[in-house]
Amino acid sequence: MITLEHYLALAAVLFTIGIFGIFVNRKNVIIILMSIELMLLAVNINFVAFSTHLNDLVGQIFTLFVLTVAAAEAAIGLAILVCFFRNRGTIAVEDVNVMKG
Amino acid sequence: MDFTVIAFYLFAFTAVASGLLVVLSRNPVHSVLWLILTFFSAAGLFVLMGAEYVAMLLAIVYVGAVAVLFLFVVMMLDVDFVELRSGVSKYLPLGLLIGAILLMELGLIFGHWTFAEDALSLRAAVTPDMAETHNTIALGKLIYTDYIYMFQASGMILLVAMIGAIVLTLRHRKDVKRQVIADQILRNPKDAMELKDVKSGQGL
Repeated sequence: MITLEHYLALAAVLFTIGIFGIFVNRKNVIIILMSIELMLLAVNINFVAFSTHLNDLVGQIFTLFVLTVAAAEAAIGLAILVCFFRNRGTIAVEDVNVMKG
Repeated sequence: MDFTVIAFYLFAFTAVASGLLVVLSRNPVHSVLWLILTFFSAAGLFVLMGAEYVAMLLAIVYVGAVAVLFLFVVMMLDVDFVELRSGVSKYLPLGLLIGAILLMELGLIFGHWTFAEDALSLRAAVTPDMAETHNTIALGKLIYTDYIYMFQASGMILLVAMIGAIVLTLRHRKDVKRQVIADQILRNPKDAMELKDVKSGQGL
């Protein structure tokens, strides 16, 4: 029997993989963006698991909004990446110091 | 072993394994392809849970749009990805440590939490009986009534993201001849051509 805890465990593992990916690929922005997508996917699994377990549809509606924001974030992130690559010829995160932040 | 149990472990294992390969594979193109597999197995899990609409949305939006966008950008940028991977072995211990700590912290919660006593009475939109209606229909009835403003706001977010992406990546190249429609409309027949009366047999 598959319970709520199974899905929560899976989501926790996927979220950890996302964090792990950000720390391991510290130079490659594309992989960092993909890791963020993985973390958002884990959050979505949590939302849908609770939604179906409690028979409350609002969780699935919120998943829809998370998906929308994730898609917008990916589009803007990749656009910034393309723009940055045109100006600097590299996408290494350590070279991103134009604004001296 | 029940079919759902087998399907759950199959999808869960695929999701975790391909998720690990996303962050660990050497070639970013392979990473994107593993990401697509992760999304597909997550969609399978959503179908198992009975959330068909979100599953289809995941397949269409993530696999059809976001992953393909990633694929385009990875293939378009002429970057030395081997050089970008050079520090991986240096960061791997730190990443493993932080991952282990996070997983341990999340694991501490398991088995030690309960639903609030009035959790079931606090539900905002109770799922109707799935024998009478479908998941998509029930969601649609909710999105277009109670959550219409949020739905419109998410549409606005997508519009702003689209305009932002276009503004960021659009560039006007000076060395390309472009069509200027205003100039075309403002052209006058009198300036554009000249009529000559040519006598036959003589030419100009």
